[in-house]
This record gives sequence, C-alpha cells and structure tokens, in this order.
Amino acid sequence: MRKAGAAGAIVQPQRRHLAATVVRLTGSFVVSLAVTFVGLTAVTFLISRLTKIDPVLAVVGDKATKAAYDNAYHALGLDQSPLVQYGIYLKRLLIGDFGMSVLTSRPVLTDLVRVFPATFELATIATVIGVLLGVPAGVLAAARKGRWQDHVIRVVGLFGYSVPVFWLGLVGLFVFYGKLGWVAGTGRLDVFYDDEVTLRTGVILIDSALDGNWEIFANAFSHLILPASILGYFSLAYVARMTRSFMIDQLGQEYVTAARVKGCSFWRAVWRHAFPNIMVPLITVIGLSYASLLEGAVLTETVFAWPGLGLYITRALFNSDMNAVLGGTVLVGSVFIAINQFSDLLYKLFDPRLRTR
Amino acid sequence: MSVPLAQWLSSEAPTSRRHAILSNAYRGVRSFLANPTALAGLVIVAVLVFLAIFAPLLTMGQSPLDQDLAGRLAAPSAAHWFGTDELGRDVFARTLYGARVTLTIVALVSIVVAPIGLAVGTIAGYLGGWVDVVLMRITDIFLAFPRLVLALAFAAALGPGIENAVIAISLTAWPAYARIARSETMTIAGSDFIQAVVLQGASTRRILFRHIVPLCLSSVIVRLTLDMAGIILTAAGLGFLGLGAKPPTAEWGAMVSSGRDVILDQWWVATIPGIAIFIVSLGFNLLGDGLRDVFDPKSA
Repeated sequence: MRKAGAAGAIVQPQRRHLAATVVRLTGSFVVSLAVTFVGLTAVTFLISRLTKIDPVLAVVGDKATKAAYDNAYHALGLDQSPLVQYGIYLKRLLIGDFGMSVLTSRPVLTDLVRVFPATFELATIATVIGVLLGVPAGVLAAARKGRWQDHVIRVVGLFGYSVPVFWLGLVGLFVFYGKLGWVAGTGRLDVFYDDEVTLRTGVILIDSALDGNWEIFANAFSHLILPASILGYFSLAYVARMTRSFMIDQLGQEYVTAARVKGCSFWRAVWRHAFPNIMVPLITVIGLSYASLLEGAVLTETVFAWPGLGLYITRALFNSDMNAVLGGTVLVGSVFIAINQFSDLLYKLFDPRLRTR
Repeated sequence: MSVPLAQWLSSEAPTSRRHAILSNAYRGVRSFLANPTALAGLVIVAVLVFLAIFAPLLTMGQSPLDQDLAGRLAAPSAAHWFGTDELGRDVFARTLYGARVTLTIVALVSIVVAPIGLAVGTIAGYLGGWVDVVLMRITDIFLAFPRLVLALAFAAALGPGIENAVIAISLTAWPAYARIARSETMTIAGSDFIQAVVLQGASTRRILFRHIVPLCLSSVIVRLTLDMAGIILTAAGLGFLGLGAKPPTAEWGAMVSSGRDVILDQWWVATIPGIAIFIVSLGFNLLGDGLRDVFDPKSA
C-alpha cells in the first residue's frame, strides 16, 4: 500500500473509496438508530396504553370535575386516533418531555438526569473490572486450551452465566459486609457524608476527587466496590468467553506459526501478533457487555439500594408511576440501542474486510 | 443383541428412510453421552422435572403454603430440612413446588417463542425480497431492545402474574430464533432437493412446513436450551422484583426477595432458593453446550 503511494493516481480512488465507505456506514448507522428508536418508542407507547392506570387521572387527580377531566382528556389527545397519539408522544419525547413523575412531583427528565450518573458510575467501573480481568483470562484460556487453566476459566464463566445477579449481590453483602466487614453496606455513601459532597458531574468518585476530599472518596469507593465487582463478574464471564473463542481462531492461523518459526516467543506471538487481530471484534463485545450492564444494573441497584436508574424505575413501578417507568425504559433503551449500534459501526469501520460489503 | 443392532445403527449406507433417521439419532445420542458435562446438564434437568412432578410425594404432604407463625424463621432441622421462612412456611416444600413454576415459565416461553421465531425466520428467508427486508427490520428492532427493562415495563403495565411474565419475556426473546431460522432457511432453500420439490409442484406452504421447518428445528432447539438459563434468570429477576407469580405462590425469585431482610441472621431463607435457581440454570447451560457440540461440531 505504501509503495503504491508514489503513484498518486492509484492511491486517490482508494482514499475516496474509504471516505465514501465511512459516509455510507455512518449514514446507515444513523438510519438504523432512528428506525430502532421509533420501534422502541412504539413499544413503550403500546405499554402506556396497555396499563390500567388512567393517564388523565394522573394529571387532574381523582377529585376532578367531569369538565376538568374532559378538558385534560382532550389536551392529552386521547380522543384522537392511536397513530396521532403516537405522533404526539414521539414529539414530546424528542423535546425531552417525559411527563411528570407522580412519585417525586418533578419532571421525569429532571429525575433521570439526577439518577443517571449513579448508574453510569456503577456500570463503568464494572466494565473496567470485567475487561481488565476478562481479556487476560480469555487469552490465557485460549493459549492453554484444554489444560487446567482453560477449565478453571470455563467453570468461572459458567458460574457467571448461571447465577442470579440479585442473589449473588445478597450473598456478597452477607459475607463481605455482614460477616467480614471489608466493605461498606448499601447506598452510595454513609448517611453521615450524604450532603457533604458538591455534585458537579454526579459521579461521586470524580466529584470528591475534584474537591480533594479523599475521606469521602474512600467511603464512596468502599460502597461501590462490591456492587461493581458483582456486576463486573458478569461482564468478565462474557468477555472471557468471547476473547477465548476469538483468540483460538487467531492462534490456529498460519501467521502465528510463521512468527513462531522465525523464533518469536510463544507469548510474544500471542500478544504482539494475534492479539491486535482480535481487538476489533473485542471492542464490539465490550460495547455489548457495557450496554447489558446498564440494564443488569437494575437488579443490582435494587439489592444495594444504589440510587441509580434501576432503583428509580423499580420504585416508580411500585407506585404506579408509569411516566417514570416508561421514561426510564426509554432512556435505558436508547442508551442500550446507541451503544449496540455504535459498536457495530466501529466494527465495520475498523475491520477492512467488512468495508467492501 | 447389541452388536448387530449397533452395527445396523452405525451403518454408513442406510437402507431405508427409517434406518437413516435411527442411525442419525444413534450417532447423536452416542456423541452426547460421550460428553460428561452435557450428561451432567441432562441429569440436572431430569432431576428438576422429577422433583416438580413428585413434589407432593417428596415433601410428604407438607404444603408450601401452610403457615406456622409460632415456628417462623426456624433453622434447618430434621422437621424442616431447609428451615422455615418469615411466615413459618417450609422452605424445602416451597423450593420443590417452586420448580413447578420455573418449569411452567420455561415451557410456556418455549411454546410461544419457537413457533413465532420459526414462522418469521423461514418466511423471511424463503420468500426473500421486501417480505424479508420488512420482517428482518422488525426482528432487528426487537433484538436491540433491553430485555430485562422492557420485560419489567411490560410486567408493570400488565400486572404481576406468570402469564404476564411469560408474555414479557417472550416479547424480547423471539428475535434470536427468527435470525437462526432465516439463515438456515436461506441455506436450505438453495439446495437441490427443494428445487426438486418445487418442480413437483409443491405449494409454498408445503415446502415451508414439510421441508424447511423440520430442518431448522434442531438449531432452534439447541438455541432454546442455551437460552433457558437466561429465561430462568430473567423470570427469577421479575419474581425478585415482585412481578412474577402472585404471592403466596412459591416462586424462587420471590423467595429470595422475602429472605432479603433477614439474610444476616436467617441466611437459609434467601440462600436456598438462590442456589436452586443457580443449579437449574447451570443444568440448562451445560445441556445446551452439549447439544450444540453434538449438532454443530464446528463451534465446539
């Protein structure tokens, strides 16, 4: 490729080809994102119509007069066709109007902005734990395929695929908090510190570090580490399994044998020759696991009373606060979809073999 | 008897249609039995079915619903093998009866999801064109949905109950089967025997249901077994949040939830149903892995 660069005429069309591919891929990314979003909102709209809770009563209260009720009924567009109603719903969503939360008497969007950083913090640290441990574990399992290391890693992964996250959380609390006292209990901070930290980003680890308040940082870390490790374990199981299978594919290729024949050490061949080739599919896998952690956080947050999106949705659920439930669902769903599609795009952009399609 | 029969079954040149089917099954069973982890999975699932069916006998008439407030939160003993919960109900009986709920959910989800996935996938794959584009677009949309959160919202709107949990789970589970069925169909549709049936004048419906669907079944069943663990975990998660079977039905997720508050002192209430969930999903995972190895040696 570099040699051909001398003759500009050859390089030029290839460059244009690359740019065109990027534009085409980005275009199809945006389109499929939009289509999926419309699908998601259609389903949440359907759910909002399935529920037995009267949306009008949520606005006017149950002591409203018949006239006030009818007014609100009309204002909500409930006398129009379902398609028009869906249009109204979509338009409101796009300007960030998720309605009012019955439980907190605040706009749902305000609530979501407030609780999102907690979930973000939890899922991010969990993914970091999952990737830092899962990738080397997967590589090791592939390099030692069929030996005891491979079996141990397989069993660890299988356990992760089979254990209920909420139960593992409870047992973790029981052992590490109740019996051993190694970590702090539920919540994000001890009650004592609750109003001590000035919220800038909403991510307490960052905010307390910005304040230089290391006492709070340590406390927040002690609260975070157990739920993050438990979530991270599920990410580890998935990342390790995928890394192993990608790596086994690569290690069977001739270029690895060629590198070994040329005197390259085994681990050097693994990390310097084979590993770069699995990075691209690995990015997709990490993206997928991150997205699934955002939603897996729902159960973990309930167990650990972690004040994030999951806890917000479940609390709303038990108070028949459908605006909040659906707003939360739309937010989790959108982030989930965006990450999914984005890692798909990255995969296509960085893997030259897929560009030609 | 076994030597001639085994020889007949492993014959390379089948003499009849039944012979071919039987020897194929024989080879599958043999390679399955040679796989110890798959066998372990099969045993676990079989034990689960056994326990669920004979729950009344095994608990010796102990009801999962009978309350005994004087003996609440009793530790495991000879009278109550797994102790009692916060209402004095026998945890052993509740765990066994809980297997029935889990099996019901698993069975219902399979019955709903497999036909929908097969229908969408085979029709899209065989007809192609705009039908394919539209159906696959819809499938992709559902595939991109967050499973648990959507199931949560659905269960919240429809109210708690096993049927609603099944609907909620199925809604997000079918797309994977449509994808598998489509890709299988596209391979099968190009083969000569389908061309031969077309030339004989078979209708599209006949081709789809008599020739294509049976061949897609094995991959769908393998995938279903692999998905079972995920379905059980999602169902237990819904139960844990109070959106599964209605109380006082014994459901494992709800049982874990009821033991939450007392986990520091009465660990058995939450721990034992959790272990039950774990063992059963482990069983399905092992079984699914084994079936995949048998039916699709490439991915092993």
